[in-house]
Amino acid sequence: MIEEMDRDDRVFLMGEEVGHYQGAYKVSEGMLEKFGPKRVIDTPIAEAGFAGVGIGAAIVGLRPIIEFMTWNFSAVAFDQILNNAAKMRQMSGGQLECPIVFRGPNASARQVGSQHSHAMEHIYAHVPGLKVVAPAFPADAKGLLKAAVRDDNPVLVMESETLYGFKGDVPEGEHVVALGKAQIVRAGKDITIAAYARTTHVALEAAATLERAGVSAEVVDLRSLRPLDDNTLVASVERTHRLVVVHEGWPYGGVGAEIADRVQRLAFDALDGPILRVTTLDVPMPYSAKLELACMPQPDRVVATVLRALGREQS
Amino acid sequence: MSAEKRAPLTRAPAHPSVQAPARATQAPSPLGANPELEHLSKLYRQMLLIRRVEEESARGYAEGKIGGFLHLYIGQEAVGVGAIASLRPDDYVITTYRDHGIALAKGMSPRALLAELFGKVTGCSRGLGGSMHMFDKEHHMLGGYGIVGGHIPIAAGVAFASKYRGDGRVTLCFFGEGAVSIGGFHEGMGLAALWKLPIVFICENNEYAMGTPISRSMSVEDVSLKALGYGMDRDRFFADDVLEVERRIGEAVQRAREQGTPTLVEVRTYRFRGHSMSDPAKYRTQAELEEHKNRDPLARARRRLVESGLGEPGDPRLDDLEKSVEAEVADAVKFAHESPEPGLDVLEQSTYSGPFAY
Repeated sequence: MIEEMDRDDRVFLMGEEVGHYQGAYKVSEGMLEKFGPKRVIDTPIAEAGFAGVGIGAAIVGLRPIIEFMTWNFSAVAFDQILNNAAKMRQMSGGQLECPIVFRGPNASARQVGSQHSHAMEHIYAHVPGLKVVAPAFPADAKGLLKAAVRDDNPVLVMESETLYGFKGDVPEGEHVVALGKAQIVRAGKDITIAAYARTTHVALEAAATLERAGVSAEVVDLRSLRPLDDNTLVASVERTHRLVVVHEGWPYGGVGAEIADRVQRLAFDALDGPILRVTTLDVPMPYSAKLELACMPQPDRVVATVLRALGREQS
Repeated sequence: MSAEKRAPLTRAPAHPSVQAPARATQAPSPLGANPELEHLSKLYRQMLLIRRVEEESARGYAEGKIGGFLHLYIGQEAVGVGAIASLRPDDYVITTYRDHGIALAKGMSPRALLAELFGKVTGCSRGLGGSMHMFDKEHHMLGGYGIVGGHIPIAAGVAFASKYRGDGRVTLCFFGEGAVSIGGFHEGMGLAALWKLPIVFICENNEYAMGTPISRSMSVEDVSLKALGYGMDRDRFFADDVLEVERRIGEAVQRAREQGTPTLVEVRTYRFRGHSMSDPAKYRTQAELEEHKNRDPLARARRRLVESGLGEPGDPRLDDLEKSVEAEVADAVKFAHESPEPGLDVLEQSTYSGPFAY
């Protein structure tokens, strides 16, 4: 964000606690001091209001970054994102662009209960007019955010609270990751596991376990959910002939269902078995640590699902 | 931002024929020697143009040429015309779904408006928006919006951008009194007051939110009182006289421009037609409607012009003005009828800037 704000004075950051408090998760630490209150703007608790302010500023030429303290709270700004950001270009007949970034932590965050654990990407990826990305690694968090800020459409960046402490190499300076490009983060030949954000790490852990069981799993980190890189997915499935999709959020509809539809259409002849999904269980997230872990996609559930997909169910 | 990334849709200039022949759009200048009357005649012409375009819209709806929702501005013309008369051309206007009159007052051509209503590619939004989404970027008309109150935070954002850039522009945000109870109104008002944004919130209080009178939906009768909780300036008056509307809104616009502070203005008005074309307006009496029609700001402006000497026997000036409006409206209706419908190719182009994100 700092590099993009240095690069383009139309870019500003707005949200709850982003300035004086230095960010609810310290993402914007030091930015108020560097850029001043004109460009790092604390808001009252009014998501619909400041999401709308961002959209209004965007349609007349600024490039706002709007932070939701968590994506859960975007629910009260849903009308702004659904009806205004996503529709602005179409309902103005192409006259108005809406170059805006909405970002913040998404999905589970350890025992915060049903109202604070939503995986909102499924809902937003449904909406034409929006783009949705979900990085799993620090380098992609930087590169995708830069691409999002420079895009002329509304881009929603789904960060992960449980990955904020994850360490990894981040290229210095100009590092832009194009939206809509998946990456293979582990090569394999027996099965493809598609995942994104936190579940990419779950998939990698499961793949390591599977290797010890003699299964070579390829892990595709989607990075971008809309646009969705079905070319990379299809190419992987044509090599492995099987697919398991892993994501947080409920199974009904959603990104996993979308991938299952596309891959069975685009790679039907390559598939040797049904596409299976590992998702959050189809209930509101419970508080109990034990139950929450049971609800979330875990490596052991991914391992079991992969073995089932391979017809090697554990007894 | 780069031009090459944009879809062909935005590279293409506006349809060249959207602007009517110059002779039809030029208001005659019947009173060149009297600037005040000349000004009133200009506002009268705008109000008459809106009234006649709306009547043609109603006709088009009845004939099945216009679909969906159609919310007419008939009776409220003095609000939009008077308020926008107080602006500079580069100031911004944004409004709710009763947007035809506001768009025309901000400079949209009747051709672009009626073609949009008829669902034609020559419409202001290429037939993709319809009645509720009148956008005209060239004239800084930032749209009509279909969700009650949803555009109020956007308006605050437009004003935020003006303050951010220091461009000296003012934003006018119109909405009905039915929007005053929804969250978007309060969040937009609160942020505009907190950040001292150059904006004027104009509540067009036409007494009925669809069919529910204000007495059944609000705990106070005076909408402008809502400004108090935000420490915002307020004003409240009837829209009987378009010049009075211009003057009173002008005070708020000046405050926004010079002091950078927002104002809530409640303008009391009345719509002569139902909420939309499907509403026969049985919730109010004929006597009430007639009483308001007797106060019609359009007729009042016309009387004033007549009393000032226009329209005397043998004086063609008022007649010429009205005929020029008829000609402009007839031209726009013909244009809308004859324009082509959009092709399927506009759909993906208009959804994203650049390649479609699937």
